[in-house]
Amino acid sequence: MMAVEAVHTQEIVAGHPEHHDMEPIRSLGFWIYLMSDLVLFAALFATYVVLSRNFAGGPTGKDLFDLSFVLIETMLLLCSSAAYGLTMTAMPAGNARQAMVGLTLTLLLGLGFVSMELREFTQLISEGAGPQRSAFLSAFFTLVGTHGAHVTCGLVWLAVMLFQVATKGLTAPVMGRLTRLGMFWHFLDVVWIGVFSVVYLMGVW
Amino acid sequence: MFGKLTLSAIPYHDPIVMGAVVGSVLAGAAVLGLITYFRQWPVLWKEWLTSVDHKKIGIMYIILALVMLLRGFADALMMRAQQAMAMGASQGFLPPDHFNQVFSAHGTIMILFMAMPFLAGLMNIVVPQQIGARDVAFPFLNAVSLWLSVAGALLVMVSLGVGEFSKAGWSGYSPLTELEYSPDTGVDYWIWSLQIAGLGTLLSGVNFLVTVLTMRAPGMTLMRLPLFTWTTVFTNVLVIFSFPVLTAALALVSLDRYLGFHFFSNDLGGNMMMYANLFWTWGHPEVYIVILPAFGIFSEVVSTFSRKKLFGYTSLVYATAAIMFLSFAVWVHHFFTMGASAGVNIAFGISTMLIAVPTGVKVFNWLFTMYKGRVSLTTPMLWTIGFLTTFVLGGLAGVLLSIPPADYVLHNSLFLIAHFHNMLVPGTLFGFLAGYAYWFPKAVGFKLDETWGKRSFWCWLVGFYLAFVPLYMLGFMGMPRRMQHYDNPDWQPYLIAAGLGTLIIACGIGCMLVQLLVSFINREANRDVSGDPWDGRTLEWATHSPPAPYNFAVIPTVRDIDAFWDMKQRGEAFRPPAAYEAIEMPKNCAHGFLLGILAFLFGFAMIWHIWWLAVAGFLGLLAVVVARSMNDDTTEIIPAAEVARIEDLYFKRLAAAGRS
Repeated sequence: MMAVEAVHTQEIVAGHPEHHDMEPIRSLGFWIYLMSDLVLFAALFATYVVLSRNFAGGPTGKDLFDLSFVLIETMLLLCSSAAYGLTMTAMPAGNARQAMVGLTLTLLLGLGFVSMELREFTQLISEGAGPQRSAFLSAFFTLVGTHGAHVTCGLVWLAVMLFQVATKGLTAPVMGRLTRLGMFWHFLDVVWIGVFSVVYLMGVW
Repeated sequence: MFGKLTLSAIPYHDPIVMGAVVGSVLAGAAVLGLITYFRQWPVLWKEWLTSVDHKKIGIMYIILALVMLLRGFADALMMRAQQAMAMGASQGFLPPDHFNQVFSAHGTIMILFMAMPFLAGLMNIVVPQQIGARDVAFPFLNAVSLWLSVAGALLVMVSLGVGEFSKAGWSGYSPLTELEYSPDTGVDYWIWSLQIAGLGTLLSGVNFLVTVLTMRAPGMTLMRLPLFTWTTVFTNVLVIFSFPVLTAALALVSLDRYLGFHFFSNDLGGNMMMYANLFWTWGHPEVYIVILPAFGIFSEVVSTFSRKKLFGYTSLVYATAAIMFLSFAVWVHHFFTMGASAGVNIAFGISTMLIAVPTGVKVFNWLFTMYKGRVSLTTPMLWTIGFLTTFVLGGLAGVLLSIPPADYVLHNSLFLIAHFHNMLVPGTLFGFLAGYAYWFPKAVGFKLDETWGKRSFWCWLVGFYLAFVPLYMLGFMGMPRRMQHYDNPDWQPYLIAAGLGTLIIACGIGCMLVQLLVSFINREANRDVSGDPWDGRTLEWATHSPPAPYNFAVIPTVRDIDAFWDMKQRGEAFRPPAAYEAIEMPKNCAHGFLLGILAFLFGFAMIWHIWWLAVAGFLGLLAVVVARSMNDDTTEIIPAAEVARIEDLYFKRLAAAGRS
C-alpha cells in the first residue's frame, strides 16, 4: 500500500455545516426542546385538573378570579406577540432599527404582563389565598407561576437580544437567535391560552 | 451563613459510612496525585475537561458510569449481606436508617448514574460515526450535558459524607418524601441530583435526535440507519417526552418541601397517588430508555459476529417503534394496588402484555441472525447469548406480573425485585458491557483482553442466577422488598444463597478491572491498526481507532444498510481519497465544565438552604449561558495539510501491518 501524496491545494471548508447551514438545524433542535417544555406544562395541567376541586374548605376559583383583570393581562401578552412580528419582518430587510423597536415593545408588554401576574399573586396571598391554603391553590400558583417564570426568562432573553442586535447588528447567528426567541415567545402565548381557558374560564364556571 | 449545614452533618459516629467516605476521598486524592505527578493537568484541561469532541465526552461518560457502578454495587453487597444476617435475634450490621439510604442510593445510582451515563457514553462514541458525521449537531450542548450529569452524580457521592441520602427509595413515594416524614436533607439530595442530571439527559436527548435527523451522510436514509442508531433515536424521543414529567414531579415535591405547598401531602387536599402517576409516567419509559439502546447493541454484535446481515432489519425497527409507543401506555402496572377500577387495571394489564409481542419479535430476529451464521464466541457475543436466555425468563415473569390479580399477590415482594433485575441486568447492563467490549478498540485504540472478559461474563451470569432466582422464590414465600430485618427462619437460606451470588458478581466486576489493567499493559500487542478489528459492517469501523478529531477525512456515501460491509465488498474501503480538504470543527471551551461546577454549587446550596450561594450559583449559571451566547466564533479550521498528515500516518501504519 502506497503512502499517499494527496493534493493539498483546495482550502474549501467541507463537512461540518456552519453558520447559515447550522441555523435551521438549531431551530429544529429548539423546536424539539419546546415540545419537551410542552410536556412539562402538560404534567402541570394534568396535576391542576386533578387537584382543581380540592379546595380544602378554602376559597374557590369563583371567589378569587377577576376575569376582566385576566383579560387585560391576556391582551398584553397577545399584543407582545404581535409586536414581536415587527422584529421578524425587520430581519429579511436587515432593518436593525425596526428589529430593536419590536424587541423593546415586546419587552415592555411582557413586563406589563408579568407585573399584572405578580400583582394578582400578592393580592391573593394577602387575602389568605396563598399556595399553602389548599391543593387547588398550590396547583394554581404552580401552573400559572411556571408560565410566568417562562415569560420572565423570555424577558431576560429579549434584553440579551436587544443588546446583541445593538452591538452585532443583524448577523446570521443573531437572526437565528431572534427566530428561536420568536418561537419561544409565541409558544408561551399558546400555553397561556390553555391557562386562560382551563384555569380562569373553567375556574369561575 | 451555611443554612442547615453544620459539622454534625458529617457522620463521624458511623464507622461504615466513614470508611466509605475515607476510601472515596483517598481514591480521589490518589487520582489527583497521579495527575500532578505525571504533570497531566494541562492535558486534562485542554484535551478533556474543555473538550467538545463527542468521542472524548463519550469516554468521560463511561468512566463516570463505571465509577458509579462500583458505588452502586457496593450498596448491593451491603444489602445482600445485611439480609443474609439480620434474622431473628441478629440485627445485622446496618441500622434501619442506614439500610434505607443504601437501597435508595442503589436504585437511584444504578438507573440514573450508571445506566444513563453508560448509554450516553456509548451513544456519544458511536452514533455520529455510524451515520457518517463529523460531530453531533450541538457539540457545546453535549459538553453541558456531560458536566450536568457529573454534577448530579457528585451530589449523590457528597451525600455519603455530608448529611445523608434519601431513605424513601429510588422512586421517592409520597407522602414519605414530605417534610413531615423526611425532615432531613436526604430527600433534597435525591431531588437535586436527579433534577440536575435530568436536565443534562434532556439536552442530550434533543441533541442526538437532531443529530440523527439532520447530520447523516449522503445516502444514509432512515431505513439504512444501523440498529444501534435507530434504537437511540427511539430512546431520545422517549427522553424528550418523559423527562419533563420527572422534572415536574420533582419540582412539585420540592414545592411541598420548601414552600409548604399541598400537592402530595395528607392534608388540605393533597393527592399522593398523583405523584405515583407522574413518577411512573416518566419511570416506565425510562426503563425502555435504558433498554432499547442495549437491544441496538445486541443487534450490532449479533450481526457482526455471525458474519451475517441482521435478520429482519425492518421488523426490528418497527418492533422498537412499537415498544416506544407502548411504553407510555403501561405506567399504572406499577401500582395496580392503587385501587383503580378493574376496567382500568385490566386495560393497563393488556397493554403491558402487548409489549411482550414486539420484544418477542426481536428475540427471534437475533436468533435467526445467528442461525446458519459463522458465529464466533467473543466476549460481546457471550454477553448477547447470556442476555437472550436470561432476559426471556425475566420477560415471562413480567407477563405474569402484568395480570392484576397476580400482581396483587406479588406487589412489592421480592418477586418484583427479581423480575426487574432480571430485565435490567441482562437487558441493559449485559448490553452495555457487550457494547463496552465491542467499541472499546474504536474509542481507545486497542482491544480488551478476551480471557478476562470471558471470566467476567461467566461470573456475572452464574452470580446473577444465584443472586436472583432465590428472590423469585422468596417473593412466592411472601417476603416483601426493602426489609432491614425479618423473623422468618425459612427465608434465611435463600438470602444467604442470594448473598453468595452477589459475591460471584463481585468476582465478575473484579475480572473487569483486571481486564482493563491487563489490556492496558498489553496494549501494543492488541492495538487496532486498521480501525476495523472485528470485520465490522457499519460506518464506525471505517474511521481510525481512535478516530481522528474529524472522524471522516471524506464524508462517505452510503449505498446499503451495512454501509461499511458494502464498501469493503466493492473494494472502496481502506483507500486514500484523491485529495483532502480543510475541515471546520468546533473549538474547545470551558463554559460546559464551568456550568457543571455552578450547577453542583447551586444544588448543594439548595439542599442545605444556603440561600446566598443558591442565588450566586443561579446568577452564575445565567451569566455563563449569556456569555457563551455572545460568542459567535466557536469553530476552528483543520487545514487540509494537517488532515493529510493524520491520514498518511494511518495508511503508513496500515501498510506496515500488512493490511490492504
